[in-house]
Amino acid sequence: MTAPLLDLRGLSVLYPGEHGATLAVDNVSFTLRREKLGIVGESGSGKSTLGRALLRLLPQARITAERMTFDGMDLLSLPERAMRHLRGRRMSMILQDPKFSLNPIRRVGDQVAEACRIHLRCSRAEARERSLAMLEAVQIADPRRVYHLYPHEVSGGMGQRIMIAMMLLPEPDLVIADEPTSALDVTVRLQVLRILDRLVTERGIGLLMISHDLNLVRNFCDRVLIMYAGRVVESLPAADLERARHPYTQALLAAQPRIGGDRSPLKVPERRADWKEPIGPQP
Amino acid sequence: MKPVDVEDLSIRLGDVPILSGIGFSVAAGECFGLVGESGSGKSTVLRCIAQLMVHWQGRIRIGGTDIRRMPLQERCRSVQMVFQDPYGSLHPRQSVRTALSEPIRIHRLDRPQERLERALTEVGLPLHFLDRFPHQLSGGQRQRVAIARALILEPAVLLLDEPTSALDVSVQAEVLNLLSELRRRRGFTYVMVSHDLAVIDHMCDRLAVMQAGRIVEILDRAALIGNGARHPYARQLIEASLEHERGR
Repeated sequence: MTAPLLDLRGLSVLYPGEHGATLAVDNVSFTLRREKLGIVGESGSGKSTLGRALLRLLPQARITAERMTFDGMDLLSLPERAMRHLRGRRMSMILQDPKFSLNPIRRVGDQVAEACRIHLRCSRAEARERSLAMLEAVQIADPRRVYHLYPHEVSGGMGQRIMIAMMLLPEPDLVIADEPTSALDVTVRLQVLRILDRLVTERGIGLLMISHDLNLVRNFCDRVLIMYAGRVVESLPAADLERARHPYTQALLAAQPRIGGDRSPLKVPERRADWKEPIGPQP
Repeated sequence: MKPVDVEDLSIRLGDVPILSGIGFSVAAGECFGLVGESGSGKSTVLRCIAQLMVHWQGRIRIGGTDIRRMPLQERCRSVQMVFQDPYGSLHPRQSVRTALSEPIRIHRLDRPQERLERALTEVGLPLHFLDRFPHQLSGGQRQRVAIARALILEPAVLLLDEPTSALDVSVQAEVLNLLSELRRRRGFTYVMVSHDLAVIDHMCDRLAVMQAGRIVEILDRAALIGNGARHPYARQLIEASLEHERGR
């Protein structure tokens, strides 16, 4: 087996604050190969912090780990200069809402082309050609027209596809997708996920999918980690999610309404302190 | 308990039609769902019923009375709305007490303290929360305060605009249970907008599927599980939701 793309052991993230520090991520370990790994948990469980910590995008936080390597490089000791070379080029991030992550006053095509020009050092004409090809790859019907639009002129689903095009164009090895479809409608969401799935599989990208949507990670990912209060409490193949053994995972599953359900009151997780104890084989 | 009747509701913004010929009836004590993609006009329907938008054509009746003929105060006491984002719908510098007292003061209701306490108890919050500010509450607690504020005038109809889509699964479960319980106990009529068909299925008896400002089909809740819709768009929407839930 090849070496993992991402290897984390004992990662903790501490936010210092006036009223004492907050331990947002608490001793998390996992490895990621060229696969689709889902991280689920409710807000405040530390899943987004974890994603940002990997890119070292948390200037205020204290990040510690026994090991935190990406493709053999130690992410903790890497100088900021080298880190800048990794970000966007080899590790990139797709954020939740294209309304806030695209620059509102620049044409979307130019923003995609910028990713290409910065990371791949190609000419303007080449960047344009590649951007158009990438917009086509994310199934935008008329890339030449869309290239010249501004973010407010495109729909949410199209905006998110543009973000995906921008992030995948430099051909990264690792993509961190933080709730990439929760701002989208059901039908558009499926479309965007299919595109992402195809590109990730075809290009052999390692994908870390952060989401609070259990159905989504079950359908989309190979493996799932469940986070509670900053810890990974359970890790299991996505197909086995329904058979989760950790009481917190079971509580999350039971709290979901289902089509055709019996409409009895939904079970509300009671949040117990002993839920912080992990269960099953640890990654 | 009051029924809601919407007949031939249309609204335009400039030259753009936003809603065209919307019509549906909700029985007293029923929960009626509105689904469809963003931009299909679901929330606009609620905003017209709440008279947050006034330049619409058509007829909206609550308990048989045309809402345009209702005096403002009577209308506010018949219909109230709960919004999607509990972070945006509470004033950040007003305590829960201030937020809940305002409707009581405007409507000159008697026994204000008793009403405050009752509203808060009804949504399952402890009384000392009266002196908290929104930033001291979690998302689910804020949404409870927003529901308490809607309840305090004892309306017959509650308009729910994506009441749980800003919340986590576990908090969503809390708020949905609360809404079901309140309907059972107090006989409210709900009109509920959601993009999540599982939530609609859990809460509603019937639902309307909207596309581009029109209702393309009105379905019974029972038609969801086997995808009994006839209109192609409604079928597609239900199929996508079933696929999302069932998995590969």
